[in-house]
Amino acid sequence: MTSAVSQGPLEASRASSTVAPNRLARALIYAALILFAIYYLLPLYVMLVNSLKPLDEIRQGDMLSLPMAGTIEPWLKAWATAQIGVQPTGLKPYFMNSILMVVPAVFISTALGALNGYVLTKWTFRGADIVFGLMLLACFIPFQIVLIPMARMLGILGLAGTIPGLVLVHVVYGLGFTTLFFRNYYAAFPSELVKAAQIDGASFFQIFRRILLPSSGPIIVVTVIWQFTNIWNDFLFGASFASVDSIPMTVALNNLVSSSTGVKEYNVHFAGAIMAALPTLIVYIVSGRYFVRGLMAGAVKG
Amino acid sequence: MSFLQIIDLEKSFGNVQVLKRINLEIEEGGFLVLVGPSGCGKSTLLNTIAGLEPITAGEIRIGGRRVNDLHPSKRDIAMVFQSYALYPNMTVAQNIGFGMEIRGVPKPEREKAIARVAEMLQIDHLLDRKPSQLSGGQRQRVAMGRALVRDPQVFLFDEPLSNLDAKLRVDMRTEIKRLHQRMGTTIVYVTHDQIEAMTLASKIAVLKDGVLQQFGTPSEIYNNPINTFVADFMGSPAMNLIPATITNGAGGLAIEMERPSAPPVTLPLASPPKGLAAYKGRSVIFGVRPEALTDPDGADRNAASIAQTECFIEVVEPAGSDTFAVTHLGGKGVIARLRADANIQPGTTAPLTFNLSKSVFFDPETENRIL
Repeated sequence: MTSAVSQGPLEASRASSTVAPNRLARALIYAALILFAIYYLLPLYVMLVNSLKPLDEIRQGDMLSLPMAGTIEPWLKAWATAQIGVQPTGLKPYFMNSILMVVPAVFISTALGALNGYVLTKWTFRGADIVFGLMLLACFIPFQIVLIPMARMLGILGLAGTIPGLVLVHVVYGLGFTTLFFRNYYAAFPSELVKAAQIDGASFFQIFRRILLPSSGPIIVVTVIWQFTNIWNDFLFGASFASVDSIPMTVALNNLVSSSTGVKEYNVHFAGAIMAALPTLIVYIVSGRYFVRGLMAGAVKG
Repeated sequence: MSFLQIIDLEKSFGNVQVLKRINLEIEEGGFLVLVGPSGCGKSTLLNTIAGLEPITAGEIRIGGRRVNDLHPSKRDIAMVFQSYALYPNMTVAQNIGFGMEIRGVPKPEREKAIARVAEMLQIDHLLDRKPSQLSGGQRQRVAMGRALVRDPQVFLFDEPLSNLDAKLRVDMRTEIKRLHQRMGTTIVYVTHDQIEAMTLASKIAVLKDGVLQQFGTPSEIYNNPINTFVADFMGSPAMNLIPATITNGAGGLAIEMERPSAPPVTLPLASPPKGLAAYKGRSVIFGVRPEALTDPDGADRNAASIAQTECFIEVVEPAGSDTFAVTHLGGKGVIARLRADANIQPGTTAPLTFNLSKSVFFDPETENRIL
């Protein structure tokens, strides 16, 4: 501020002499960034363009060309009438399955993670660090290891092959991550606030709801994005634990694309793939700026 | 009748004992200051009174009622925290009213109470702001407002002024004292600043390493420190603690202090404490506050026992209201507090007057006062 005010002609000329190389460097950086952005966006472009072409146009071989006779027919087919497994239902019911699975799983795992973080930082008990360490360990367990025990558990609980079963699997598996996020966030949350609220007479849950939760916006966004993306994109648990009427979107997309009968309808496949990716994209776009802010929060406070 | 009583209180974290058999009491409307260096247990003691930390043994009574096992909200206390602990998501008014809201006080009553406290603390124009929009001093006031609105039996202050800049700290100190005189509520106040302790307290408790060193009025603590720790901790500049020897003088006991490149100073003691006779020929620690060691013109004319001697002045530090002079006695730098316009030059010899009726003696082994 003050240096800008005091900038005399001498400083100004010195500044302008350093501007030229700066501009060049900046141009180079932007050129590189644009190049990488194009490289990254290319697959999306190919998918989008080809999902809007009739099949014979794709067969002519030019994947990069714009559609000559644009059509939304592949989208309608992928959504409502494509053959998936034995039924010609399109992806619609499976999309619904995924929504019914993801929304409760994200909500429950986030809520429990927040509660865990609250208890592990503000109501510490003997061995709290060990409990946290064990929960942290859950983040490093590969999916494959839990498959068989999980199948057994779902069988015992009578949830095998159901959407609530999948919700349970994702909640249990996600709890390690959500607890980690919230614990680290709440560790930086001043304990004096909790003490003050105790003296004000607030109960365990009142303190959580009235004092901690209103300040948890950024970390909730981070957790929701993380959990939503992971659970929506999960294939292994869906393929292992779902039955015919609880198959999630990812597994259905695989069934659509890899069905071995008839012609390969690439345009329909592209449309279906975009549909499967759309919800996570929307979640990122809507709350992406909070994501970055959330990851930084706590690193530098105030 | 004491209002807040702490009886044989002990507190341990695991194997570490942080408070050892603390006994304290303060009358209703008193101002108890817990003072000591960092890590002495003063904040822990305050937290146990608040009920935020359970105690290991002993008893805490507020207004004759045993509160050991009561929840903080049931102890009829209010606390002001060092970091103010304002709820960041609430406005000033909501912050002040939160406790009442939790207790289910109806809204009109709540608003009346908030308005009353806000007016008293001159924060009525800030009621709709969030804590992040307030300055340090304003936050401090809101934190006090949140405590005041409860109208509790005891106020607990945990180093409330340590985050303020020096000038504001002095202003708020006066404000707290004024509030206390006006409300007449019992206050327990934690600080590491001995000036805050002296100016605010009706009783001071000096703690060190979880042990209560001395408990008394500010003047008792200042004039009759029980050991060298209290003597050194209270007062600024600190009391001079000079290694010395007790000798047999012409008219009774005398005290002898070494000097570099000069014969030792010997001062006759007109009215030595009784216990000092046993130390004849042995070394003691001679404690004299800077203001009891001054130029002859500035000396207290009413003092019962004074002695004058020539001292070599090493350094002179004019401080505006006073002039401090450093001389060398018993192998240590000794600070004397002279009148501001005292005519004194460093590197020369000047007469200094010891007010011996204000001086104290300590055993060099136990560091306890010789009475």
